Amino acid sequence: MIQLEKRKEPSTFWIYATPLLAVLLTMVLGGLLFATLGKDPLMAIKTIFWDPILGEFAFYYRPEVFKKAAPLILIAIGLSYGFKAGIWNIGAEGQYIIGAICGASVALAFYPLEARWMIFPLMILAGVAGGVIWAMIPALLRVYFKTNEILVSLMLVYVAEVLIKAFSIGLLRNPDGHGFPGSRNLNQYSSSANLELFAGTGVHWGVVTALFAVVATYVILAKHQFGFFVRLTGESSRAAGFAGVNANRLIITCFVISGGLAGVAGLFEVAGPAGQILGSFPAYYGFTAIIVAFLGRLHPVGILFAGLLMALTYVGGNAAEAAMNIPSATIQIFQGMLLFSLLSVDVLTNYRVRFVAARGA
Amino acid sequence: MIMDINPILLASAIMVASTPILLAAIGELVVERAGVLNLGVEGMMITGAVVGFIAAHETESTTLGFFGAAVGGAVVSMIFGLLTQYLLTNQVATGLALTLFGVGLSALVGQGYQATNQVPVTKMPIPLLSDIPVVGPILFRHDGVVYLSLVIVAAVFVFLSRSRAGMILRAVGENHDAAHALGYNVRRVRLMAIAFGGACAGLGGAYISLARVPQWVDNITAGTGWIALAIVVFASWKPWRLLIGAYLFGGVTALQINIQAMGLDIPVEYLSMSPYIATILVLVFLSGGRAPGSLGRIFHASS
Amino acid sequence: MNRRELLAAGAFAAFAAGMGAPVRANDKIKVGFIYVGPINDGGWTQHHHHSAMEMVEHFGGAVDFVYQENVPEGPDAERAITQMCLGGANIIFTTSFGYMDPTINVAAKFPNVKFEHATGYKQSDNVSVYSARFYEGRAIQGTLAGRVTKTNKIGYIASVPIPEVVRGINSAFIHARKVNPNVEFKIIWIFEWLNPAKEADAAKALIDQGCDVVLQHTDSTAPHAAAKEAGNVYTFGQAADMAEYGPMPRISSIIDNWAPYYIARVQAAMDGSWSSVNTWDGIGKGMVGIGEISDVVPADAKAEAEAMRDAIAAGEYHPFTGPINKQDGSVWLAEGEIADDGALAGLNFYVEGIEGSIPS
Repeated sequence: MIQLEKRKEPSTFWIYATPLLAVLLTMVLGGLLFATLGKDPLMAIKTIFWDPILGEFAFYYRPEVFKKAAPLILIAIGLSYGFKAGIWNIGAEGQYIIGAICGASVALAFYPLEARWMIFPLMILAGVAGGVIWAMIPALLRVYFKTNEILVSLMLVYVAEVLIKAFSIGLLRNPDGHGFPGSRNLNQYSSSANLELFAGTGVHWGVVTALFAVVATYVILAKHQFGFFVRLTGESSRAAGFAGVNANRLIITCFVISGGLAGVAGLFEVAGPAGQILGSFPAYYGFTAIIVAFLGRLHPVGILFAGLLMALTYVGGNAAEAAMNIPSATIQIFQGMLLFSLLSVDVLTNYRVRFVAARGA
Repeated sequence: MIMDINPILLASAIMVASTPILLAAIGELVVERAGVLNLGVEGMMITGAVVGFIAAHETESTTLGFFGAAVGGAVVSMIFGLLTQYLLTNQVATGLALTLFGVGLSALVGQGYQATNQVPVTKMPIPLLSDIPVVGPILFRHDGVVYLSLVIVAAVFVFLSRSRAGMILRAVGENHDAAHALGYNVRRVRLMAIAFGGACAGLGGAYISLARVPQWVDNITAGTGWIALAIVVFASWKPWRLLIGAYLFGGVTALQINIQAMGLDIPVEYLSMSPYIATILVLVFLSGGRAPGSLGRIFHASS
Repeated sequence: MNRRELLAAGAFAAFAAGMGAPVRANDKIKVGFIYVGPINDGGWTQHHHHSAMEMVEHFGGAVDFVYQENVPEGPDAERAITQMCLGGANIIFTTSFGYMDPTINVAAKFPNVKFEHATGYKQSDNVSVYSARFYEGRAIQGTLAGRVTKTNKIGYIASVPIPEVVRGINSAFIHARKVNPNVEFKIIWIFEWLNPAKEADAAKALIDQGCDVVLQHTDSTAPHAAAKEAGNVYTFGQAADMAEYGPMPRISSIIDNWAPYYIARVQAAMDGSWSSVNTWDGIGKGMVGIGEISDVVPADAKAEAEAMRDAIAAGEYHPFTGPINKQDGSVWLAEGEIADDGALAGLNFYVEGIEGSIPS
């Protein structure tokens, strides 16, 4: 019989080994899935994980991976604070959308003025503000009414989706767009375009900001008192109370950080790769980022790698869809399995597995 | 124009629109009363929707379809059950993973069934009762699943408040360590609750793909599972309040589409977010209940 | 930028310029399709795919056919199209409006690949646009609807508020009123092209409110199922014939038929005569098909509708012929005046008699 024995301290070895184990496990399970579909599993795995980095067209795919990873990392970094402290902002997708709407509104208000030095920074501020405002709704309701933040933040995702659809045909619709939905293309307006900073690398302002967020979070969690409070609350909210942590302030701060980063991620996306406010703008990055946060073990460096890996499954996955006619749903299942595997093998970190003789019962 | 809305037909439509939410919510209520937070309702619903559709399509029997949906929902809920109860994973994250997985899986297995037709679910008007003016058409001219959902709610109410098994389930949910010390098998109780929740969610999903639409298309449940979760909180974990919550939400949904059809000069694009705003308001102002004591906490018997 | 990045950027440009060089004789031409939905959605995408397959069949082994389904509009679309170019496609059809900017962007990088974008308005040297005059079919639906309704209430499930959909509503309404001055329209916008759950709810609400004809500009058969359950409600197939719901509730349909266009364009790419064009064809060229009018429609009404179909096909009748007033009562088209294509392309108002407003 197998028994689990709780470790006093999480195993350092397994903290690093489990994500790798989970990825391998997912590859095996995914391979089985591809084989069931009648596709060559090795070929599929190679198309997803190898070709975008080192294949024939890697020069095109590598920048795409960076572009795809940037919003995931930004959002996941923001979520990691709250998740560490047991505060569940599940609605980052909504904050991402509202950030995009607010940032884009600033650019469209100034159109066609040529003043990038002023407009682009203002857009960033508006993006952050939009995300923060949207995140404040569940945060304040939680603090003042004890309302469940998971459900409120989630309901607000649906509201945000309705809003972006409404704005794309109403307030923000492109007046020169022949009556079609969608705003002007921010990517084609020099004051607002979030273009590549180095041609052909995929590195735009969002990528730079994501890297900065990773470093800043690393420092805050390791050195700053706030980081200590977050960790303490996650381990035991009672102990945190004794240590003088103001629980309400912590909730609000965590939501400000996650909302702000989700908002700015939305802004960089709408001014860059997406280009316009459109009903199809939401791409579920806000939800995928939750996987990224867990896959990265809520650690900034882990999230960096997890974000790149997840972006790879998107880019490589789409390539596999096209090249091998693999249904697009498979990639979603694949991501679900990745999270399942990671959560399962996590048991090794916190518990010791013991094989003991079965007791008569 | 306002005359065009027939209140009797509207009330009847609300019953139908609310049934999937009600079914999923009553299952989740039992799960949460056992101290487990399963955020994967949406994933289990969509699995039920596709399994139910396929089963009904292949056997040409909607009864077998619903049966298959319940089994499908329960089976997929066991992934969550095994991970959270045996591998002691975080329930929030596991529930989210279940939703992701379920949505993907259903899209994959449902591929060959997109846009195919379905035998219709037959209405079962209840003799005599269905002839009562006003009340008859609203309450007693539905298909069997609408009645079943009400029966399940009543049964859960009796089970939780009157039966010994229900008492054990509540004890497990309130304080799993104490329940364990009293000799109850916390894990087994919770697994059974999770399976029941999965079966109910599956039924709810199948009601969408078999009765309300009836068709299979990717992502057909479109967030209903999340609404069900919200309604459990709104109901303060009490079965009878669940009815109010589900019908309230179904009511707002049905009403907004009817208002649109009347041609009133209001910005219709904003109307469609009213159900979600209503849910938030309801959560804020009307939910005063206390969550089960052990909700969402990992149980690890150290002895 | 370091040397490696420079190389990468250079490699892309060099590679892109080399792609899709003119097709030589005996070389297979590679034709790509980008779809917004699954190829078996029963509506829009299925008909593009169906027409594409007809094109492939027409050319026998001379074309290499690739496609990608479920491509979301936005940045992922740009990658999917680029991927197809990198894979050596010579001509690519992007079959949804939201692919417009991605198509233009990719086209600029691959000057030798030819692009065909459905329903958009941005053209370039290697990007053509094409669309169908669905409003011609709506005129026939409106005529039939006006004739068969007994409650004089006609429901309309509208998708996304764009000129194409507004044209359809106006065209149907004008012709329904022409044969039955008492009809009124009830319009529900669902803001999606395909969402069976919302379509079913909308259809039921319309039927509950007394509509006995339901028109739809959405792709699923869910409204037909709702109508069938209700009994004496008439519907029309959209994008596909949806004949399985005939003869009741489905009494006719608008069928998208892109095959003649696809064959012509691929042929042009093969023999080197391809150039960027703007195509807007209707019943006459066969791009819009009118499904068999079922026998539950009274014979005289059926004859009337068929006569209108033939007149439109022959170019003798235009559905937007004055006198037509705007919703606010002001004159849009004077007696005998015919709307020009420019005005139709950007149509954003209801005609007189329709209640409610277009979402904006």
